[in-house]
Amino acid sequence: MTTAASVDQVFVTLKDWLVFHTPAGFQALVSILLTIIPIIVIFPALFAVTTVLERKGLGRIQNRYGPNRVGPFGVFQPLADAVKSLTKEDIVPRAADHVVHYLAPLVLVAASFLAYAVLPMGRNMVAVNLDAGVLFFFAIGAGTELAVFMAGWSSRNKYSLLGAMRAIAQMISYEIPLILSSVAVIMMAGTLSTARIVEQQARTTAGIAHWYAFTPWGLAGFILFMIAATAETNRSPFDLPEGESEIIAGYFIEYSGFKFALFFLAEYLEMFAVSGLGITLFLGGWSSPVSLLAWIPSWIWFFSKLLVMILGFIWIRGTLPRLRMDQLMNFAWKFMLPMSLIVIFSAGVWRFLPHAVAGSAAIGLVIRWLVCALIVIGPYVLLARTLEYGRRIEKRTYRYAE
Amino acid sequence: MLGEGIIQGLLETARNFFGSYVDKDRLTTVQYPEERRPLPEATRNFPFLLYDGPDPDSGLRCVSCQICEKECPPRCIHIEKSKDKKPDFVGKQQFYPAVFNIDVAVCMSCQICVEVCPFDAIRMDTAFELSTTDRFGGLLYTKRELAKSNEYYREIHPTEAAETDERRAKELADTKAKAAAAAAAAAAKAAQATNPAAAPESATQASKNGAAAPPSANGASAAAKTDPAKPESKVEQ
Repeated sequence: MTTAASVDQVFVTLKDWLVFHTPAGFQALVSILLTIIPIIVIFPALFAVTTVLERKGLGRIQNRYGPNRVGPFGVFQPLADAVKSLTKEDIVPRAADHVVHYLAPLVLVAASFLAYAVLPMGRNMVAVNLDAGVLFFFAIGAGTELAVFMAGWSSRNKYSLLGAMRAIAQMISYEIPLILSSVAVIMMAGTLSTARIVEQQARTTAGIAHWYAFTPWGLAGFILFMIAATAETNRSPFDLPEGESEIIAGYFIEYSGFKFALFFLAEYLEMFAVSGLGITLFLGGWSSPVSLLAWIPSWIWFFSKLLVMILGFIWIRGTLPRLRMDQLMNFAWKFMLPMSLIVIFSAGVWRFLPHAVAGSAAIGLVIRWLVCALIVIGPYVLLARTLEYGRRIEKRTYRYAE
Repeated sequence: MLGEGIIQGLLETARNFFGSYVDKDRLTTVQYPEERRPLPEATRNFPFLLYDGPDPDSGLRCVSCQICEKECPPRCIHIEKSKDKKPDFVGKQQFYPAVFNIDVAVCMSCQICVEVCPFDAIRMDTAFELSTTDRFGGLLYTKRELAKSNEYYREIHPTEAAETDERRAKELADTKAKAAAAAAAAAAKAAQATNPAAAPESATQASKNGAAAPPSANGASAAAKTDPAKPESKVEQ
């Protein structure tokens, strides 16, 4: 084993060593704990880092400083936030359904954590290598919808119910393009196992990895997947279920203190998980894009990709205003759904076009690229023109107000 | 094209993000406890009492007339009048406040007390960092805490202070002139009295009339004569 490979597998070897040195009766239990505990520790820690990064980043986008009081450059802000949310009073409305109100944040956080079970965070570093990993991920993702509706319904508050209704409508609408755009990947990989999908993308030709995002249908699918993922995780510009300025905090309006923090944590955990799935499906998971950089440990690749995705989310949040409900639904059904079907078609064309033309794989690749790109871009232009038809955005004139 | 605006928006926010690290002018936030903006001259929040000279006890301008206490809409002023009197800045014997409390938790910063004060004794302060751990006693300001020097007033409200100082100087000069005229008249009367040595009753009568008549017949002399007339003279100015 080379040094690079042993560094790459350091966590796997460490776990094996620890399991090997425990008494035989406890080995299964210790193995499970050693798999789960790092996930439960690392991702909330990443959540803490992300909150401060997000607040600083949004501040800079808006020409402000962002938090800069707690610790150097405000890096200890999450600690202050944690102390605050832990010491706040936990208020439950008298008219609330107490059991459901209590369970909702727990179900939400549990469902968010479960999604990490099938994410390969490095070579041989997946908690459960399920054959139906992608299916498991989406099934668990639907559990968060249940928790959101539990929260909104049990609070017995107009705004929370409105928020929950919006969340359900939005999540169900966007689940379709989310799943359809990953169907293309599943078709190409021929498997639902996340670990196998990544292994397929880790193969290289002429030093370049076979990431699906390097193909025209994969790139389009990745963009569609990330848009749908933004909507699934209720991030801006799809944050209608929260909508601070309209329905105050949406489905978690009646939560305070630590339960509120749990909702916040779950939202970010979902965001990381769905970004992780996007990386797994389209960006080659833990693999490096070029074989030159393959010496960097696989888990560093995964987490740096995840960090880039998080920064992308923050950037989008700092840029786009919130959609209206009809815009949201129009976008889902009139744009996202047809486009994801076209991506599936394009992926099929990519698969069945001859891989080598006139004996040259390079020419074949170029032709496949052009044909598949045309299949995606043509309908995109047509759809865009249709959707924008008769909707000239002009400077608004006021007849009476001025 | 669909998505073009999103790209433009992303570029704009990226420009803001990197620009805020390069160009300090973009960041308009004032880092408050370390950095402070100068307060505008018209700033006002809670009233304070003015005193002349070095000693807040003897120099306090307030004569305990209690007009402000009566006028205060939220009734945050509490005054107890003194039993004895002491001379004010023109030398007239006046009462002074034995107790003068303002509850700044109640005060609504309306400045009516300042408007009604005939003695230029109460003015609005600009100090705003008044937080305290004791919300009852800590926010009830006594006479000693309220008393601030005229120099302080000149510092925080230069224009207003100059105007007040000018008026008070004029008043003082008028009073002195009147006193001098009265003294001159009294001396003349005394000389007259020694010479004819005839009718003492008629002489005192004449001096009484003469004291009011000779100095300039403007409003200031009338204002200086009796205190209640003073608010009217202020209104004229």
